[in-house]
Amino acid sequence: MADPQIKWRKIKNDLFKGLVVFLSLLATLPLLLILFYILRQGFSSINWSFLTNLPKPVGESGGGISNAIVGTLIIVGTAAVMAIPLGVLAGIYLNEQRNSKVARYCDLAIDVLQGIPSIVIGIIIYEWVVRTMGGFSAFSGSAALALMMLPFIAKTTQETLKLVPNHLKEASLALGVPYYKTVLKVIVPAGLSGILSGAILGIARVIGETAPLLFTAFGNPFMSTELSKPMSSLPLVIFNYATSPYEDWHQLAWGASLILILIVLTLNMITKFIESRWKIQF
Amino acid sequence: MNETLKLTDANWSKAISRKEKGFTITLWLVAISVIILVMAAFLTLLVQSIPSIKANGFSFIYGRMWNPITGEFGALPFLAGTLLTSFLALLIATPFSIAVALFLGEYYKKGMMSQLLKNMIDLLAAIPSVIYGFWGLFVLIPIVRKLQIALDIPPYGVGIFSASVILSIMIMPYAISLSRQVIQMMPSDLKEAAYALGATRFEVIRKVIFPHVLSGLFAGILLALGRALGETMAVTMLVGNTNALPDSIFAPGNTMASVIANEFTEATGAVYSAALVEIGLLLFVVVAIINLVGKRIIKHLAYT
Amino acid sequence: MEDSVLKLKDFNAFFGENKVLKNINLDIEERKVWTILGPSGCGKTTLIRCINRMHEMTPGAHTSGQIFLKEKDIFGINPVLLRRKIGMVFQRPNPFPTMSIAHNVLAGYSLNGIKLSKNERNEIVETSLKDAALWDEVKDKLSQKGTFLSGGQQQRLCIARTLAMKPEVLLLDEATSALDPVSTAKIEELIFQLKNQYTILMVTHNMQQAARVSDKTAFLFLGELIEYNDTKEIFTNPRHKKTQDYITGRFG
Repeated sequence: MADPQIKWRKIKNDLFKGLVVFLSLLATLPLLLILFYILRQGFSSINWSFLTNLPKPVGESGGGISNAIVGTLIIVGTAAVMAIPLGVLAGIYLNEQRNSKVARYCDLAIDVLQGIPSIVIGIIIYEWVVRTMGGFSAFSGSAALALMMLPFIAKTTQETLKLVPNHLKEASLALGVPYYKTVLKVIVPAGLSGILSGAILGIARVIGETAPLLFTAFGNPFMSTELSKPMSSLPLVIFNYATSPYEDWHQLAWGASLILILIVLTLNMITKFIESRWKIQF
Repeated sequence: MNETLKLTDANWSKAISRKEKGFTITLWLVAISVIILVMAAFLTLLVQSIPSIKANGFSFIYGRMWNPITGEFGALPFLAGTLLTSFLALLIATPFSIAVALFLGEYYKKGMMSQLLKNMIDLLAAIPSVIYGFWGLFVLIPIVRKLQIALDIPPYGVGIFSASVILSIMIMPYAISLSRQVIQMMPSDLKEAAYALGATRFEVIRKVIFPHVLSGLFAGILLALGRALGETMAVTMLVGNTNALPDSIFAPGNTMASVIANEFTEATGAVYSAALVEIGLLLFVVVAIINLVGKRIIKHLAYT
Repeated sequence: MEDSVLKLKDFNAFFGENKVLKNINLDIEERKVWTILGPSGCGKTTLIRCINRMHEMTPGAHTSGQIFLKEKDIFGINPVLLRRKIGMVFQRPNPFPTMSIAHNVLAGYSLNGIKLSKNERNEIVETSLKDAALWDEVKDKLSQKGTFLSGGQQQRLCIARTLAMKPEVLLLDEATSALDPVSTAKIEELIFQLKNQYTILMVTHNMQQAARVSDKTAFLFLGELIEYNDTKEIFTNPRHKKTQDYITGRFG
């Protein structure tokens, strides 16, 4: 029974599967190439002085990016301090009052906020903070990054808390625990791993953001730890050096890229670890 | 402790009620302030672009000349650049995204291979935009230049095409994750019914899965488009930054996001900087609409 | 006339426009086991959720009429305080997944921020677990997570957690319906012992259970209290036709 039609259907089936697998594998090629280049170029430029020195003028060797590393930590850390509490509270509100009108509009606002292009966030913070403070500052950079983290953290908190079963809330309330303590001591701890990994993922997402820093934190060739002054950061350094015409600076940019990628990967791995280890069985 | 609390302990009850109220109000205030924040962001962009809206009117959208020195602000080259790069990126990314979504959501739902592929796609989303741009400058551009020489066109390297290629890699993870979700949401009894009738997998995918998830795939592509429209750094580094209407897909151009990135800090004069803010306002509105429509479709799918 | 602990007077409960309890009048005496019996959807769970004011946590839910706990109107008492005096055990065992067995027993104290000395803690854990007939099974693993216990053990842990607060009334909302027969038997046995110390109000749709463990039974049908009496009377000599139809299995 060698029906040619059935044979053709089988061939089509196999061809399509082949195409899917081929395209899928091809889709991973850019990633492999990017990682390969960054590892190869980056490792050759990373050494102790690269991590501890300040940038040097063109032509002098031995320049480093210590100011950018410190700057990134300060800017992103400050952003996290602003965004995490607000985002978590907003997420709690969205979960607890999910049927209220305010929650619906807040949900909508968060969706809009999440979609605002990063460069537009930069403009908004420029108008709000840079103009008010009278100049570029690390703080304005943090504000821009915080504005980008906020919707993400609110969403992950909301999604996590949605999974906390209602019967835990009832158990606590029935024991005579006030509502606010029930939320803070029962519901939030039950979703803590999700909230925490959401917060870290939020940090990982903004730590490589460059566009919102262009006209806020601005960059600074010197070491600065003052929030009210312009500050350097890894993505800014990569952008400035990568688009410069000097070979030395390109090398520094590869090194900075490697450090940035390593930080992002580490943060992503920490979230995966938290999610798998601390998962609470209800 | 319980013995000491009488049922009518008024002070204690009042203290508890006050704290309950305080907590509820705090949460409410946070939610309200998020709403206000977003409205304020929109209003700020609107107010700050008024000088440009007044000076340029509708010619802002169809004007082909962007010349800050003569005070001519026509944003058409950037609108065209953004639309061209974004749609080209979608065109490149869509087949790959659907293939990976089928790989993960239908062919290999479990196992080492799919886990590895999934992690790699996640990684693709984690790489910062500026690194894509950097890599594009030093690895992709030389390749494109060779291609251009082979095709006998001016070998700029940078241009709409290069930006689109990088953009397609960057938006792929978003399109994939959404397409995979909708493919997996598909009820298995429908598929099983088709298999029971003797359909091959390809036939099931084409005749059962695709029609069923089409609107979801559309939403996924729409949301990926939302990402592409606003993407800044990588595009800025690769698009060529030429304020002219591109005459081919290999020509250098400029996008809405990249012109803001390049010129915002240098903009002198009220109308010039307002014109850049107006571009930001356009981006804000267009991306917000695209996102809300896309999310509405996904929500609708999840409930049916 | 025995002392009444709980008294419902012209009590109605609503979900939005929907009246789910209609004009309930009921007197519940101290140290007795009462069963609220009735087909599903008759409002029996709503009834006990009104008694500890959990009903009003549902959006749109409200009540009218009065409920008295030892002659005090419960709607004049802070619900938080009321719920410490009226404990509740739910249909599904719901120990706190982040806490150990011992911490689950003490949850009512720790979540409320009530400080206890180590001795007090140990004593409360031991007596509560003993009262809930769980002590012997868990005394060697008090620091393990409560969610590792079997369903029946989890439910007794939830009872211990409630008893630790020394309530005056215990509400059991179909507390055995999610459990196997052996665990159910254990909890029924436990109810026998507990009625020496507590007033117990339980909801069930299991008529055998009502007949086995309760002193008094109230029959609820479509939100109306059809009749209540000594359990024996209800099952052998019901006054209303609806009660008779139900206990003889003609609907349900």
